[in-house]
Order: sequence, then structure tokens, then C-alpha cells
Amino acid sequence: MGKSARELARAARVDIALDRRDGVVLNRLAQGLFALLGLGVMYVLAQAFAESPAIFVQQMLNGLQLGFIYALIALGYTMIYGIVKLINFAHGDVFMVGAFTSFYVISGLDLHRWPAWLWAGLPEGVVILIGTITVILLSMVVSAFLAMAMERFAYRPLRNKPRIAALITAIGVSFFLEYFGALPFVYSNNYITYTRPFEVTVYTAGSISPWAIGGAWGLFLLSLAGYLLLKWRSRQGDLRAQSWIRHPLLQLGLLLGGFFSVVLTLAGVQIETGGEIWDLSASNVTLVIMGSSIILQVILQYVVNRTKLGKAMRAAAYDKDAARLMGINVDRVIAATFALGGGLAGAGGVLYATAFKQVHHLMGIIPGLKAFVAAVVGGIGSIPGALVGSLIMGQTEVLAAGFISTPMRDAIAFSLLIVVLLVWPQGIFGEPPGEKV
Amino acid sequence: MSILEIKDLYVSYGAIRALHGISFHVEEGEIVTLIGANGAGKSTTLRTISGLLRPDRGEILYDGEEITRLGGDAIVRRRLIQVPEGRRIFAPLTVLENLEMGAFTRDDKREVQASMEWVFELFPRLKERLEQAGGTLSGGEQQMLAVARALMAKPRVLLMDEPSMGLAPILVEEIFEVIEEINEQGVTILLVEQNAQMALSVAHRGYVLETGSIQLEGLSAELARNPQVREAYLGGG
Ligand SMILES: Nc1ncnc2c1ncn2[C@@H]1O[C@H](COP(=O)(O)OP(=O)(O)OP(=O)(O)O)[C@@H](O)[C@H]1O
Ligand SMILES: [Mg+2]
Repeated sequence: MGKSARELARAARVDIALDRRDGVVLNRLAQGLFALLGLGVMYVLAQAFAESPAIFVQQMLNGLQLGFIYALIALGYTMIYGIVKLINFAHGDVFMVGAFTSFYVISGLDLHRWPAWLWAGLPEGVVILIGTITVILLSMVVSAFLAMAMERFAYRPLRNKPRIAALITAIGVSFFLEYFGALPFVYSNNYITYTRPFEVTVYTAGSISPWAIGGAWGLFLLSLAGYLLLKWRSRQGDLRAQSWIRHPLLQLGLLLGGFFSVVLTLAGVQIETGGEIWDLSASNVTLVIMGSSIILQVILQYVVNRTKLGKAMRAAAYDKDAARLMGINVDRVIAATFALGGGLAGAGGVLYATAFKQVHHLMGIIPGLKAFVAAVVGGIGSIPGALVGSLIMGQTEVLAAGFISTPMRDAIAFSLLIVVLLVWPQGIFGEPPGEKV
Repeated sequence: MSILEIKDLYVSYGAIRALHGISFHVEEGEIVTLIGANGAGKSTTLRTISGLLRPDRGEILYDGEEITRLGGDAIVRRRLIQVPEGRRIFAPLTVLENLEMGAFTRDDKREVQASMEWVFELFPRLKERLEQAGGTLSGGEQQMLAVARALMAKPRVLLMDEPSMGLAPILVEEIFEVIEEINEQGVTILLVEQNAQMALSVAHRGYVLETGSIQLEGLSAELARNPQVREAYLGGG
């Protein structure tokens, strides 16, 4: 009797071992397949690049626009996941509501021109600048309130229930927002043409003032010099330099200067290499998207790292009960996190609608999913990860569409998730598991 | 009037009752210890006082005011502060940020700065590690940080849950010295411990908690002489 039990146990162990070996083989096989696929993709892209570097780089410029929009959405996924461990599937729909808010205030109220109501003689540029900022801010506020309401009424009652309950609720909230929007007296289920808050201008060689290009390079080089100097000083043990190095203005200078100098140069300067004339272009929509996205990111980074609210957010994300013992009102901190994430998604919605010139009640689904994938690729819970993952996502998508297969663009973009997770299971900036109790 | 008075407190986790009507009191300026074996309900008591758990029945009076139903933040604002079991410092935050979180409910920057100086006097080692992530500190340093963080709230009453847990004997000595020093500076302390010997050596009075009820109470010296206590908590007759 005793012996047979032992034999049974051994047999079971062998079974498990076999299972595991099968698993390893399958994993290797899958990894091999994806590696092959990855190599194939690389090969096609390298060929496309060799054929015409100019067209390739032009595609990359177009991809920046998408990447920066995804970043705004991905930040919300990552922050909300960080604090409540919930994938808020309705986040893409908050983005949609942001787009619709701007649609209504622009088409219905002409709000993007409000400064002109007050001062008739104001220069057009100023009117548009202030008007556009107002529209974006207003859409951010509406989206922030929506996200907060969602948290308050749908997720908070489930806070201490099994996580799957909140996840399914999130899917429900998402469907509710999507199909509530489809009602004829809400948004209707048609594609609606969006009125941009500003006209599109396409910049090509010669149409950008050298001052602008020089200014961007100046900003970048100055910030870079400052960064290197501070880095050196802090190596020497200068504590002040250590805190200055994370100063938001420095980050802003590096990011704005870095991206703008490259984009403006590529678009505005005629380059000739190997007999090919690079006649690249960038539209003002891309520049606006890049600029606002960077500014919002830096502000967010500042809020999270430097303000009392941000520190409370990080503390509560790590240990809610300990945060409560500090007198932090965790419910309020979570609500604020949803508000921040929702606001950023709302801004993303306005920029997306401006780029593609239409709005639709299901427009949040695909960008939402892509931003989610971007957040996972970057390492969910990590704010810099959200930006990097999103930029990679944007590039993958346009390069796949441009050089591999347009109908397959989304499939390829989503496969990226699998490839990256095979290499970095935690995402690029993710933390190894098991660090938290 | 006692600064902290617990009256007939019943607390449950779901269907499991952890506290069966306990009562005790702490006077201003005292160190009172609550000793008991694993699972006796010591942490449950402190968590309920801090507003993390809702009692089924009973009252918690703090400085004459009933605080039984208050939220955790309202309790911290009344400067009734807890150092939780297992340190629970915020590992990804720097030491400085951990201390700032301790002062979360306080607005007067100058007074917060004064508390910071006080904390550095007690724990000079923390001052050298301000920019380091809390999670990279050694176990002993983390315990120092946990106490320091609580002191940043400028407590009137400090609830300490097994501050000596997992520390080397020399650090245990050190932490109990700090407890006495904090108390001498006017902070009332309710100390939960399994290390009954050390706890009784610093406390004025003590209570013995067993499976959710208070079995014994008295002056520390009396308890330390009590044969039952010696048997169960002080390692033999
Ligand atoms: N979250 C929980 N869910 C269910 N039961 C719990 C929970 N926390 C504690 N208990 C139970 O409540 C009782 C008291 O636990 P408590 O943590 O208060 O003990 P303790 O005296 O602090 O013990 P220790 O010295 O081990 O920390 C125990 O029986 C424990 O199993
Ligand atoms: Mg305990």
C-alpha cells in the first residue's frame, strides 16, 4: 500500500516533469517562430530603408504623431494600474469622450475662437493659440470628471472584491460609453467630420524659418550641456546638482529641444545623400501633438515626483494600509489618479481628432488597445515606460503599414507585444516581480 | 481622564471574531505594553484604533472624544499615530520622501522642519541616506525609518506594533532606548510586543492578551513576577 502510493507520487512527478518539458519545447518553438518573424520584419524594413531612406524617414516622422498620442493614453493605463492594479478597459472611451467634447465646443460654440469675441483686433495667431489651448483644457476637464465618476460609481464599490469583478465591470463601462454614444440623440453611430481648431499647414524644405530650427537646436544643446554638467557635478557628490538634474524645466528642454530640432531640421532643410534629394515634410498638427504631449508628460512627471499628491500616489500604489496610517486619504488619491489619467486621455482625444479629422463613437477602441499594449511594452506602472512604449508602438504601426502590409498594420503592431514580452517579460522599464509583499 | 480608552471592543474578520470584548486604558505620558502570543489579536487591536478596521461593538475614546467611527486620516490628524508591524516603509520612495509622508497631514513647514531635525538627532544614520530609496536600507535602518516616519507626524500617542521584530539583539536594545527617549519627550506609547521581557522593562504597565481577551493586567514589575507570565512569555519558571 505504502509503496504503491509512493509509486503513484513518483509517476505524478514524472508527469509534471514531462508537462514542463513539453512547455519548454513549446516555448522555445514559439520564441523561435517569433524570432524568425522578427528577423523577417527587420529584413523587409532594412530593404525598404536601403531603397529609399527618405521615404523611410518620412514614415518615421508620421509615426511620431501617433506615438505621442498613444503616450497620452498609455500614461493613464499605467498610472491607474499602478495604484489599483486594474486595467481600465474604458480608458479608450474616455479618450473618445475627450474628442467629442472638443467637437461640440468647436462646431457648436466656436469656442476655439473665443478670444476674438472679446478683442476684435487680436492677431489671428494669438486667437488660435489661446482658443486651441482652451479647447484642449476643457476637454481634459470633462474627461477627468468622467474618469472620476467611473471610479466612484463603478470601481470603488468593488475595491475589496476579487480583481476579476472590477475587470469585467471595466469592460461593461466601456461598452456603456461606446453604445451610449451611438444613441441618435447623443453622438449617433456615424463618422462625423471634425472641425480642427486650427488650419493645417505642411512644412517642407525652406518653409521653416532658420530661426526656429536654430532655436530648437539651441534649446536642445543648452539643455544637454546643462544635463551633462549637472551629471558631472552630482558624480562629484553635489547634492544640489542631484536634485536639479530632475528639474522639470531641464526635462522639458531636453525633450522639446531634442524632438523639435530633429523634426524641424528634417522637414525644413533640404538634404541630399547619394543622389537622393530628401524632400521631407511635417505638418503643424504633428508639431502641436508633439509639443502638447511632451509638455503634459513633463507636468505629469513633476506632479508624480515632486508634489505632495504625487508622493502620496506613489506611496498608496506601494502600500495602501501604510498610506492610510500616514493620514493619506487613499480614496481621494485614487480619484485624483483617475482624474489625471482621464485628463491626459481627453487631451489625446482632441489631438487624435485634429490629426484624423473625424470622430466616431467607437474611435477609442483601437487607440485604447494600442496604448494599453504600449504601456505593457514599456513596463506597466512605469511613466517613462509609457512614453517609450508608445513611441515604439507608433513607429511599428506606420512602418508596418508603409512597408509590410497596410491591412495587417494592427496585427503586426499587436504582435509587437508578444515579441517584446518574450524578451522582457516585465516590459522595457518594468520592475521584476516579487519585489512587493 | 485617560488619553486612550478602549471599552469592550469586539472585532471580526468576516465570520471569524478576533477580539472578544477587550477593555484597557492608557494614561498621558505612560508607556503601556500589550503582550501576547502569535494570533492573540494585538495587531488587530492597533489596526482598529487607527481606523483601518471597524469594530462590531465597543468604543474607542481618545482624549475624551469618541473616535470609533472616524476615518484613518481624521485619526492621524488628531496625532494618534501607528508604527505598523513589519515596518511597512515605502520602498520605492526615498528616505526623505518617506519622512515627508509621515508629515502628510501637517501644513506648517517650519514645524515639520523642526520635527525633521528631532528625528535626525534620534537617528543620525538616516540623515546620511536621505536620497536613497527606502527599500535599499538594511532591516534595522528600515525600522528606524518606520519610527522616524511616525515621529514626523508629531504624535501625542504612538502605537508601536512589534518594533523589535527581526532585529539583532544590539538593535533591539537601541530601539528600546529610543522608545524610552521618545516617551521622556512627552509622547505616550502603547507598545505591542512579543519580546515581553524587553517590553516589561521599559513599560510602566502592561496587559496580557490571549486569543482575543485580556487575561491579566498590572504594573510591569508585577507582571514580570507573575508565574503565569513567566511561564508563557518569559521563557520558563
Ligand atoms: N486579514 C485577516 N483576515 C482574517 N483573519 C485575520 C486577518 N488578520 C488577522 N486575522 C486573525 O485574527 C487573529 C488575530 O490576529 P492579529 O494579527 O491581531 O494577531 P497578533 O497578536 O498581532 O499576532 P502576531 O504576534 O503574530 O502579529 C488571528 O487569529 C488571525 O488569524
Ligand atoms: Mg501582529
